[in-house]
Amino acid sequence: MNIKKIQELIQLMADNDLSEIEIETEGTRIRLIKKPAGGVEYQMAPVMPAAREVLAASADAGQKPADEKSNLIEVKSPMVGTFYRSAAPDDSPYVQIGDMVRKGDVLCIVEAMKLMNEVKSEVDGKIASISVGNAEAVEFGQTIFLVEPA
Amino acid sequence: MFRKILIANRGEIALRIIRACRELGIRTVAVHSEADESSLHTRFADEAVCIGKAMASSSYLNIPNLISAAEITDVEAIHPGYGFLAEDAHFAEICESCNIVFIGPTPENIRLMGDKMTAKERMVKAGIPVIPGSKGLIESKEAALTEAKKIGYPVIIKASAGGGGKGMRVCHNDVRLIGAFMTAQSEAEAAFGSSAVYMEKYVDSPRHVEFQILADGAGGVVHLGERDCTIQRRHQKLIEESPSIAITGGMRKKMAEAAVHCAETVGYRGAGTVEFLVKGEKFYFMEMNTRIQVEHPVTEMVTGIDLVQAQIKIAAGQKLPYKQKDIRFEGCAIECRINAEDPENDFCPCPGKIESLYVPGGRGIRVDTHVYSGYTIPPFYDSMIAKLISHAPTREEAIRIMLRALDEFVAAPIKTTVDFHRKILMDSDFKNGKISTHYIEKFFPKNEN
Repeated sequence: MNIKKIQELIQLMADNDLSEIEIETEGTRIRLIKKPAGGVEYQMAPVMPAAREVLAASADAGQKPADEKSNLIEVKSPMVGTFYRSAAPDDSPYVQIGDMVRKGDVLCIVEAMKLMNEVKSEVDGKIASISVGNAEAVEFGQTIFLVEPA
Repeated sequence: MFRKILIANRGEIALRIIRACRELGIRTVAVHSEADESSLHTRFADEAVCIGKAMASSSYLNIPNLISAAEITDVEAIHPGYGFLAEDAHFAEICESCNIVFIGPTPENIRLMGDKMTAKERMVKAGIPVIPGSKGLIESKEAALTEAKKIGYPVIIKASAGGGGKGMRVCHNDVRLIGAFMTAQSEAEAAFGSSAVYMEKYVDSPRHVEFQILADGAGGVVHLGERDCTIQRRHQKLIEESPSIAITGGMRKKMAEAAVHCAETVGYRGAGTVEFLVKGEKFYFMEMNTRIQVEHPVTEMVTGIDLVQAQIKIAAGQKLPYKQKDIRFEGCAIECRINAEDPENDFCPCPGKIESLYVPGGRGIRVDTHVYSGYTIPPFYDSMIAKLISHAPTREEAIRIMLRALDEFVAAPIKTTVDFHRKILMDSDFKNGKISTHYIEKFFPKNEN
């Protein structure tokens, strides 16, 4: 992998409007992720031992640090599955950033093994941020919302 | 061949499977509980998914989360390792119905051999020697007395759904029998949810010799020799070796044939182990384990065959590329299971941080371990931290190499069973093979078993 190749990859991404590309060849793996501001971040790692791969983070998802204010409540995924913002593809999302929610309101769906599981709010508060993009995979315990308690 | 496999396990066996996959060019997905966030298998794998809390029921036994992890990572197969769901027929079926290949035997194999009674009945039909015992369950005190008279004392009453030493009672006469029968029933109920018990002749001070089987599901069945696992403490194996010095060439031939016949009779597929109890020149089928076993490296060293890769290839539909005559057996191998336990404190588990680790090396040594310097052993799972395996042309040499390796092994400051293994390997009874499954008791005269 040399700089020229990396520049070619960046161009490839721009030409095809890709937000992420990963290439593995002859003992080297390189992954380029396009950040929302348009900059590109790259990670190069030797293949063995393999670095842990973060489950597909797309440009849509903002990974906010856990708290600008330390009282933000993390809503975590109770299971492994796929995160959906709305009940069905054409429906509007359950919540948007800034929405007020009450305890028991449905925030999202995590689909596992063809079953749709509702994730409900445990507190009254305001949606401060959404950490996962629609239709992305989530693991157990992964933060999906940050809620500012009322 | 599979493109990607999920390993539904942790610790050293997860590493073992990942290594086999890497060599075969298969991508790997590790799953882990929150407690295993910094476990080595999550670093070695290509991807890692958190599947639950520390408790096994929330994570490593959590079938919905495991299947879901398999789906979101788009794997074609799951390797269950040993323990956890490796012998769960229900899990194997769920994998099948989700179009994920379960790397192991069929659900029917697992069910049949998982029930000790039905497995035994099948072996009787196949003409394989079993321990004399009741034809079915013992359902009343009267039946217990009649059966004991028929079998002849001493007898042992065992839980049909059980294992691991629970729900078992030995008795030597009618006076003790009824009490033993009732206690065994209630222990079985408490441990396994079923009070079903059966009776067998009690074989005193036996040896435990098991045979490794590979079956490709298309008619190809081979045995890969035996492992002697007689050295146990509370039914947990401590040391395993191959070949066994307790069986003659004639016995080996008969037992190997019985093991292969057992696998053929039940239409077995995959890697499996047929366990026998040995007393003098007699051997009896005890049970079949339908999974890869902890002590598989012993067989790998002697035969040169990668058992985990064999499992994967069989699951991918490949036939065995060798016949029985192609299998070579070279030298002697010994394995010591090193646990983070304190032998001077009733083997109390000692989880904690390993500040400095030195893993033995040199000629004839293989070490399978998931621990590293700075690793904190979580308290939620089993205490095994490493398997030390030595291999040499003779048993004496394998013992010498193992003693050297035990001296080299450092896992400070936690307590381990290394010194205990050293004592056993230097003991003359061990060297002469004058041992039985009660051997360990001599090191603890009062309070064992």
